[in-house]
Amino acid sequence: MTRNENHSVTAAEQPFLEGWRVFRQNKAALSGLIILGFILLITAVGPSLYGVDPYSMIASPLIPPLTNPNLPLGTDFLGRDVVAGLINGGRVTILIGCCAAGITVIIGLLVGAFAGFYGKTVDDVLMRVTEFFQVLPALLFAMALVTLFSPSVYTIIVAIGLVVWPQTARLARAEFMQLRNLEYVASAKVIGSSNTRIIWRVILPNAMPPLIVSATLAIGVSILFESGLSFLGLGDANVMSWGLMIGQNRPYLLDGWWTVTFPGFAIFLTVLSVSLIGDGLNDALNPKLRER
Amino acid sequence: MLNIASAVLKRLAFSVVLIVMVIVLNFLLIHLAPGDPVDILAAEMGGATPELQARLRELYGLDLPVHEQLLRYIVRVLHGDLGVSFFNNAPVTELILRHLWPTMLLVLTALFFSSVTGTLLGVFASVSPRGIGSAIITVLSLVGYAAPVFWTGIMMIILFAWLIPVFPAQGMMTFGLDGGLMVQSLDIAHHLVLPAFTLSTIYIAQYSRISRASMLEVLGSDYIRTARAKGMPKQTVIFKHALRNAILPVITLAGMQFGNLISGAVLVETVFSWPGLGTLAYDSILARDYPTVLGLLLISSIVVITANFLTDLCYRLADPRIKKSQG
Repeated sequence: MTRNENHSVTAAEQPFLEGWRVFRQNKAALSGLIILGFILLITAVGPSLYGVDPYSMIASPLIPPLTNPNLPLGTDFLGRDVVAGLINGGRVTILIGCCAAGITVIIGLLVGAFAGFYGKTVDDVLMRVTEFFQVLPALLFAMALVTLFSPSVYTIIVAIGLVVWPQTARLARAEFMQLRNLEYVASAKVIGSSNTRIIWRVILPNAMPPLIVSATLAIGVSILFESGLSFLGLGDANVMSWGLMIGQNRPYLLDGWWTVTFPGFAIFLTVLSVSLIGDGLNDALNPKLRER
Repeated sequence: MLNIASAVLKRLAFSVVLIVMVIVLNFLLIHLAPGDPVDILAAEMGGATPELQARLRELYGLDLPVHEQLLRYIVRVLHGDLGVSFFNNAPVTELILRHLWPTMLLVLTALFFSSVTGTLLGVFASVSPRGIGSAIITVLSLVGYAAPVFWTGIMMIILFAWLIPVFPAQGMMTFGLDGGLMVQSLDIAHHLVLPAFTLSTIYIAQYSRISRASMLEVLGSDYIRTARAKGMPKQTVIFKHALRNAILPVITLAGMQFGNLISGAVLVETVFSWPGLGTLAYDSILARDYPTVLGLLLISSIVVITANFLTDLCYRLADPRIKKSQG
């Protein structure tokens, strides 16, 4: 993938171009990208190509994998195709993971930017609020929220977003605190730019690299939260998910180890690839930290 | 010293504010959830007579203005009254106390095991930063982060309770076992191995990473070079001189992880049917037993707040360089 060089590269774009060069050379990050691409492809087009309903009981229960050519990974305790479950189950998990990470970044960025830029009382108040959310036991709070407002894709996204954002906020705050004292911010002030403009147009582009890394991490954490919730039976009951498969098949695990092993491995592989990409981005976008 | 005292007092005051905020949040949750609180409570009890509904209304003071309800709720909770569990038909406080010690046993064992193993691994890796130890840590931290803990637990059961049946898969003790204190303790320890190890897996990598980083920093400092130049044995330099100064970040991590461990214990306890707070939380959620769920939320928050406070205190006492400004 070579990049067209015949347009002029703006200053803000430069670190990203440079970053891609570094990223490309990182074998771990690149394999993460390939694995994730593979998983995304399967969950995106798989369900329409492999037309087996993950809910329909199509064979006798607990057929071991590799014994029936039509059912390569066997069936679960209700006689449902494990492959169909795997292909369909990733969709909602990844979707929830990305949306929750999106909420995390939005809240974290707003809180962190204002706290870091204005400092003093604003910082004090916002950081106390952040601490409050950090004190809440994450999984328990998400569980309580989801049950009280009844489990659905939306409540799960909000619940996860609410427990994951403080990390991002702290990071954004640190970035803004550091960047607000730089010369070009001072000169933007001198030419009369408004604070809003300075925050979003002057500082933010320069604070982006660590925030992108943080967003990647948030996706991994959110995916783990979603699988945990659906494992406990608190997911959206209307959609198949990997966590749900593990939770439902758990009582039969000694008669059907494959029904819990494969979906768990799918979650593991997804989170692993996301975190490999995150590590790679960190190395590529934060050259200061490369030595560590 | 005066600095420390005033910082500690400030921290303490903020801790109390945080606890009150959690109580308010609980109150808001029950009131913001769709439906009238009494309807929710009554429905979850499996229907209620009008008399009982009236009693509930009186009990929760739902006929009063909201701010007065909130005030009453705060006072009630501060007195240790967390309401009554419908599902277990017992006061929530009593239920929580009953399930507290199995969780403490599990969490503290995991905390001890993961911090010791992780720190040793980190020290081992810091001695040769580019060696095999560091490679192991990198792999461990990737796996430890990406593997869902409930899945790790299930894999442990398949491996060590089914394929190689050396540990029990479920519960905390053998039912009906009677053989004196010694035999029973050993039985509990036997049951503890798999869940405690599962809970540790997430954290071992984090401890090793942080102790490796802080050891590398300390090992590069002047006083270590001096100790080495004096011809001190390698072990003494590493464990007596360096580790003592590198241990602070490990203490912080241990304190911070304590609260998370309780939340994480929900999944592990569910997998292993460990009769602690996590199992109580799971059962209460499935039964929509809100007083118990909210009580657990409050207790867990208090544990996190206390752990944070104690860590902060340890840190200040251990390292006088930390000024008030950093707290």
